[in-house]
Amino acid sequence: MAEKQTIELPVAAFRAMLLNFGPQHPATHGTLRIKMELDGEIITKATPYIGFLHSGFEKLGEHLDFNQYVTVADRMNYMSALNNDIAWHLAVEKLFAVEVPKRCQYIRVILAELSRISDHLVFLGTHALDLGAFTAFLWSFREREKLYDIFEMITGGRMTTSFTRAGGLWADMPKGFDDKVLEFCAQFPARLQEIEDLLTRNRIWIDRTKGIGVISGEEAVSYGLTGPCLRASGVVWDVRKAEPYSSYEDFDFEIPYGENGDVYDRYLVRLEEMRQSVRIAEQAVRNMPSGPVDVDQSKKIRLPPKQKVYTEMESLIHHFEFIMPGKGPKLPAGEVYVPTESPNGELGYYIVGDGKSKNAYRARTRPPSFVNYQAFSKMVEGRLVADAVAVLGSLNIIAAELDR
Amino acid sequence: MDLSDRISKQVLTTKLDEIVKWARKHSLWPMPFGTACCAIELMAVLASRYDLARFGSEAIRFSPRQSDLMIVAGRVCNKMMPVLQRIYLQMPEPKWVIAMGACASSGGVFDTYSVIQGIDNFMPVDVYIPGCPPRPEAIIEAVLMIQEIIAKERQEI
Ligand code: SF4
Repeated sequence: MAEKQTIELPVAAFRAMLLNFGPQHPATHGTLRIKMELDGEIITKATPYIGFLHSGFEKLGEHLDFNQYVTVADRMNYMSALNNDIAWHLAVEKLFAVEVPKRCQYIRVILAELSRISDHLVFLGTHALDLGAFTAFLWSFREREKLYDIFEMITGGRMTTSFTRAGGLWADMPKGFDDKVLEFCAQFPARLQEIEDLLTRNRIWIDRTKGIGVISGEEAVSYGLTGPCLRASGVVWDVRKAEPYSSYEDFDFEIPYGENGDVYDRYLVRLEEMRQSVRIAEQAVRNMPSGPVDVDQSKKIRLPPKQKVYTEMESLIHHFEFIMPGKGPKLPAGEVYVPTESPNGELGYYIVGDGKSKNAYRARTRPPSFVNYQAFSKMVEGRLVADAVAVLGSLNIIAAELDR
Repeated sequence: MDLSDRISKQVLTTKLDEIVKWARKHSLWPMPFGTACCAIELMAVLASRYDLARFGSEAIRFSPRQSDLMIVAGRVCNKMMPVLQRIYLQMPEPKWVIAMGACASSGGVFDTYSVIQGIDNFMPVDVYIPGCPPRPEAIIEAVLMIQEIIAKERQEI
């Protein structure tokens, strides 16, 4: 009789299962791909792969002039295009060493804050949707439509606004704009409360978000997190307060922060930020200074008013030269970096000018999504697969900003 | 009421392919392949104000195997194109494709080394929507155009 044989199965080798998450997955918000190694349902290792939406933003920055590039900057964090516009032109203005008039700064603040609200609303809607709450999505998009109307009224576009110009804005506020903003600000907190009532004390929501994706304040700083993700860990840092730009020092607002650094706190911080944004926008509308929105013509970085172009020879020449390629104002030689507080964190542009052309020699972006995404693996390792979706949603990664 | 009267009130005669087309056209199941800004506008179309459900297309499916209309919303980069092609192939016939926005149709403002200058270089497209991003009304119009295409198509049942 043949001897009984035992076969050793290499059990350990079979244990880890590879799960490919994305790049086409409803919870990846575009085009993220994460390779997960699983032990049962526990993630032992998560490796993000990026670059699925690399569109050459920074290269375009070298080929378009400082006013044209705003159209592309728009499309970087498309949920809050105006914040990108403002950040880009703040950097350009710093390189030109000009400061825009107060009125322009205030209008920029209104737009930046409304756009912050619209970004957080998408976060709220999609994050809830990912975790199975559909109503919050519909309600937050209803509010967003109101913001779209406001943006359309002033910039002419719903989403991709391209509104700022070096040394000013494309146009002043239209008539009735301030009333519309005030009207929105008056009704928004109550609407937000309605959405909050659906989620904040909802048992399922709390189970899915509390204690998930925890990152301590120290770790958050060492990973370079910024924005709501950093503040949710208890680090009170906001560029608007720390290094005020565009007259933020004139406004009275608070910086909300969390304690635990989990998904739930990141959600709460964003909710509170929306309320603070409403406060800032209201103050800016009420204290709106009068005067011009563009820097004065002696700086020669802004187009002359149409009236003058038709009546004065010099303005006509200036206008003509401004538009011609190879003529007009050249970016001064030098390098600048300006940080701003975008809805996702610190957004800054680093521009190198060579003094020879209107195009930047180098237009580098410091995108908050890219830096915040680093912490993702840390947050999900050792957790369940379902938590990965919650964590990803709470970081609010914008693929276009991540890959540029 | 005699029998022929009742029949004329309650029974409708039609051709089989007509009725199938009619059903297909009013119950499109879109698969949003959203990569960038256009995807946010697509979400707005699905949400409260514009409500694509009015046109029978609200059953969004993220699985290609359960859908018949692909909406490519956003720019598609070199690294993403194989993924898109593969997902397209996974969709069961009959299927239709909408290229939404300037990027998907032609590359848009991103005339760069890494962006596909129009997805129609690599896969069939039925309807293009111009705009950057297109307005929600334009997206609805495109869905209606797809419905027209379905109504006109000759199909073997
Ligand atoms: S067409 Fe415009 S809005 Fe749409 S993805 Fe391209 S850049 Fe974004």
